Amino acid sequence: MHIGQQIAQYLLSGLSTGAIYALIGVGFAIIHNATGIINFAQGEFVMLGGMFTVFFLTVLNLPLLVSVILAIAAATIVGVAFERLAIRPMKNASPISLVIITIGGSILIRGIAMLVWGKDTHAIETFSGNEPIQLGEATILPQHLWIFAVTTVVIICSKLYFNYTISGKAMRACAYNSRAAGLVGIDVRRMVLFSFAISSAMGSMAGIIIAPLTMTSYDVGVMLGLKGFCAAIIGGMSSGLGTVFGGVILGILESLGAGIFSSGYKDAIAFIILLIILFIRPQGLFAKGDTERV
Amino acid sequence: MLKKSSFILTFVVSLAILAGSALAAPPIKIGGLFAVTGPASFLGEPERNTAQMVVNEINAAGGVKGRKLELIAYDTQGDATKAVQAANRLIKEDKVVAIIGPSTTGDTMAVIPVVEKAKIPMISCAAGSKITEPVKKWIFKTAQNDGLAVARIYGDLKRKNISKVAILTVSDGFGSSGREQLKAQARAYGIQIVSDDTYGPKDTDMTAQLTKIKGSGAQAVICWGTNPGPAVVSRNAKQLGLKLPLYMSHGVSSKKFIGLAGDAAEGILLPSGRVIVADLLSNSDRQKKSLLAFVKDYQKHYKAEGDHFGGHAWDAIMLLKGAIERGGDNPAAIRDQLERTRGFAGIGGVFSYSPSDHAGLTKDAFVLVEIRKQDFALVK
Amino acid sequence: MTKSRSFLKHEMVKFILFTILILFLPLAFKGGYLLNVFVFVGIHTLLAVALNLLLGYAGQISLGHAAFFGLGAYASGILTATHGQNPWLAMAVVAAAVGTLAFIIGFPILKLKGHYLAMATLGFGIIVYIAFNEAVELTGGPSGFSGIPNLSLGGVSFDTDFKNYYLIWGMTLVTILLSLNLVNSRIGRGLRAIHDSEVAARVMGVNVRFLKVQIFALSAVISSIAGSLYAHTMTFVSPTSFGFNFSVELVTMVIIGGLGSIYGSFLGAALLTLLPEILRAFQDYDIVVYGLLLIFMTMFMPGGLVRGIPALVGRIVMRSGAGSKADA
Repeated sequence: MHIGQQIAQYLLSGLSTGAIYALIGVGFAIIHNATGIINFAQGEFVMLGGMFTVFFLTVLNLPLLVSVILAIAAATIVGVAFERLAIRPMKNASPISLVIITIGGSILIRGIAMLVWGKDTHAIETFSGNEPIQLGEATILPQHLWIFAVTTVVIICSKLYFNYTISGKAMRACAYNSRAAGLVGIDVRRMVLFSFAISSAMGSMAGIIIAPLTMTSYDVGVMLGLKGFCAAIIGGMSSGLGTVFGGVILGILESLGAGIFSSGYKDAIAFIILLIILFIRPQGLFAKGDTERV
Repeated sequence: MLKKSSFILTFVVSLAILAGSALAAPPIKIGGLFAVTGPASFLGEPERNTAQMVVNEINAAGGVKGRKLELIAYDTQGDATKAVQAANRLIKEDKVVAIIGPSTTGDTMAVIPVVEKAKIPMISCAAGSKITEPVKKWIFKTAQNDGLAVARIYGDLKRKNISKVAILTVSDGFGSSGREQLKAQARAYGIQIVSDDTYGPKDTDMTAQLTKIKGSGAQAVICWGTNPGPAVVSRNAKQLGLKLPLYMSHGVSSKKFIGLAGDAAEGILLPSGRVIVADLLSNSDRQKKSLLAFVKDYQKHYKAEGDHFGGHAWDAIMLLKGAIERGGDNPAAIRDQLERTRGFAGIGGVFSYSPSDHAGLTKDAFVLVEIRKQDFALVK
Repeated sequence: MTKSRSFLKHEMVKFILFTILILFLPLAFKGGYLLNVFVFVGIHTLLAVALNLLLGYAGQISLGHAAFFGLGAYASGILTATHGQNPWLAMAVVAAAVGTLAFIIGFPILKLKGHYLAMATLGFGIIVYIAFNEAVELTGGPSGFSGIPNLSLGGVSFDTDFKNYYLIWGMTLVTILLSLNLVNSRIGRGLRAIHDSEVAARVMGVNVRFLKVQIFALSAVISSIAGSLYAHTMTFVSPTSFGFNFSVELVTMVIIGGLGSIYGSFLGAALLTLLPEILRAFQDYDIVVYGLLLIFMTMFMPGGLVRGIPALVGRIVMRSGAGSKADA
C-alpha cells in the first residue's frame, strides 16, 4: 500500500468523521444564533439519541424506524424540558452563568443516563449492511453514506428554514437583536424554546446515525460535543456550510495527523490549528467581521 | 415537654442498643477504593460489586472466626486527588484494618505513600508492574502484570515465526502500561515493532492508524485497550480489508467485547485469565472450583457475566480472609500473613506471595484464547 | 479619602478574622481526615483566587486553567525527582516560566472574546493535557509520576497533613492578602472597568490589552505555585487531575463562591472539595446531585455563596422574627 493510497484513505476517513462533527456543530450554531447561548449540553443530546434508540430497539423490541423516530422525539422532549426548567427562568443572566447552567445540565443528563442505562457500551446494527464500499483506493462503509446524506439534508433544510420561512426569519431576528425582535411582535421566548427543540432533535439524529459505527454509551457526548463545538467555531457559528467545512477540516486534520505525524498527538495537532485559526481570524474562517457593540 | 423527654429517652435507648450490639461482635472493617464512576468504571464497578458480594457471602456463612466483615467502599472516580482523600478517610475516620483496591495503577501509586505511612496493608486491583516492583512493605496486588499477557502473545507470535508487528494502544493508563511492556519485551522474543501508534479512549474511528499499519509491512497487529476502542479497531480493520492476525489484550476478555465487535471479532486472539473459559478447563485445574463459584454467584446477584476485573476483588477479599483467619485482625499481622500466602488458587491465578514478590503470579495466570463462532475457545 | 481608609480598615479586620479562623480550624478536626481534606481546600482556594482575578475581576473566562496548575505540578515534580533540584528554587523557576508562557500566549488569546475565548483556553488546556499523557519519558504518561519529595525548610520536612496545612494555608493567606491589595488598587479599578465595558475603559485611558495579559500571567503564576505545592504534598501526579473536568470544576468554584469576591473563592473551593465527602452517602447518585447543585446554585444564588448566604440568613432571621411576633 503506497503513500498515495494511504492519503486517499486518510482523506476519506477524515471526511466521514468530519461530517459527524459538522452535524453536531450545526446544533450548537442554531441555539447560539437564536439565543447567544453556547449550549454545553449539546453533546448529551447526541448521546441521548443513541441510547434511546438502543433502549427502544433492545428493551422494547421495536423495529428500527419506529425506534429512531421515538428516540428523536424523546430527546427533543428532554431538550424542551431543559429549556423550560433551566434556561427560561434565567432572565437577565450573564453569559458565564448560562455556560455554567448548560454545563450543569450536561452533567445532570449524563448522570441520569448512567443511572438508568448503566455504564456499558452498546452497539446498534448498521442500517444497510457492513460490506465496505470501494471508492478508488479507499473504502468507506454504507453507514457513512447515511451520515453524508443526513448531513446534507439537514443543512439544506436549515438553509431553507432560516431564509424562507416566517419563523426562521423571526429566529434570525432574535439572534440579531432580541429586544428589537420583541418590539416588532416576535414571541422571543417561543423562538428560544423552538431553537432548543430543533437543536436537540438534530443532535439526537446525529447520535443515532453514528451509533452503528462508533457505538454508544452514557459518556460519548463529552468528546463528540467538544469536537462539534470546534467545528462550529471554525465555521464562524454558521448554521450552514461554514460549520460543514469546519467539521470536515477538523476531521481531515485529525486523520492526516494520526496517519502521518503522530497518532498520540493528533487531537493536539487539531487544536493547535484551531488556535492558529482563532488567532488569525477570531470570527471564524467563514464569517465576516463584526464590530463590537458597546 | 413530655414529647421532648420521650424523644431523648428513645434516643438514649437506641444508642445503648446500638452500642450493645457493637460490643457483642465488632465487625472487622475492610476499606475499598474503586473507580466506580468515571473513565475507569469498567474496572471499578465489577470490582465493587464482587467485593460486596463476597463479603455478604462470608458473613452469611458465619464470618471470619465468628466475626462479621464490614466493607466500606468509596468511589475514587479514577482521580488521584479523590483517591488520596478517600484513603485518608478510610484510615483515619473509618479505621479499617486493610484496604483493597484502587482499581487503576495511577490511583494506586497516588495512595501508596498514604497507606505506607499509616502501616495498613493494601491489596491493589490494578495491573501496573511498578506497583510491586520494587517491593513495598505494605502493598500487594492481585491483577496479573501486563508483562505476563505480553509474554503470552509474543510466545504465540514466535511459534508462528512472525517477527514484524504493529502495536496500537489506547492512550490511558491501561494502554500505556501495555505499550511499555510490548516495547520492553520485543527484543527478547526477536520481535521488531514496525509501527507504534495510539488512539484516544473516546475515539470513534481508527481507520487512519490502521491504514498506516497496512502500509508498514507488519505481519500482525496487537491492539491494547478496553471497550469500546478495540471493538472499533476490529470493525475498522474489517472495513479496510486488513488480513493480518489481530491480537487483543486481556482488557477485552469478556462476552461484551464480542457483542460490540460482532462479526469483526471472528478469529481475534487474546491472552486472558481463565474466568471466561472456566467451563472448558479440565477438572484437574486448581482454579476451576473458585472460577465456577465466582461466575455462578455473579450471575445470580447481578444478572451479568462475571469478568476477571471483578475477579481481582474476589481474590483480594479471599486473600484477606485467609490472612485474618491465620493471624487475627491486626494490620501488621494481616500483612505478615499475606506475605506467607502460598498456592492460593483464585480467579486471576495461583497466588504465592513472598518477601521478594508481592504480585504472586506466574506466566501461567494467562491462557491464550481465540474468538470462534462468537465465543471463546482455548488455543493449545 | 476617609471613606476609602475606613474601607481598607474594614478589609483588614475581615482578613485578620479569616486568618484566625484558618489558624485554629485544625483544632476542630482532632487530627482526623478532615485535616487532609482542608489541605486540598487550601490548594483549591489558591487556584480559585487566581482564576477569580481573571474571571471575576477582569471578566475573562478561562476553561483551561487546570493546564497552568498541571504545568506547575509536573515541572516541579520532574525538576526535583528526576533532576534533584532544590524544591523551593524549582517552584520559583517553574512559576516564572509558566508566567512567561502565559504572558506570551496571553496576547493572542485575550484578543478573543466570549465563547471564542472559552474555546481557545479550552483548546490550550487540552493540548497541555495531551502532552502530559504522551510525553511518557518525561511525565510517566497516563499512569502518573511518583517519587516527588516533600518540601522541607530548615531541617523540617513537610510530611504530615498538619505541617502541610500550615505551609499551604500560609501561602494561600499571603496570596489572598496580595490579591485584596491588588483589587483595591488602581489596577483593580482598571480591571473592573474592563469587566463592565472594554471600550469605555479604553476611552478612559486604561491600557486594556496589556492589563488583561498581565492579570492572565499573574493568574497563571499563582496556579503554577498551587501546582508545585500539590505535587510536593501528594508526592505523586497523574494527568487525570489536570483535565478539562478540573478546569470546569475551578470555574464552578469561582462562580458558586461568588464572582469578584476573594472570600467567595474560599467558600466555593471549600464547598466543591467537601462535596465528594458529603455525597459519599449518595454513592452512585453523586454525579446527578452535583449537576443539580450547579444548576440550582446558578439559578437561585447568582451572586454566589458569599452574597447568597447572608441574604438567606437575613431572610430566615426576618421570618423567624415575624414568626415569634405572631406567637406572642
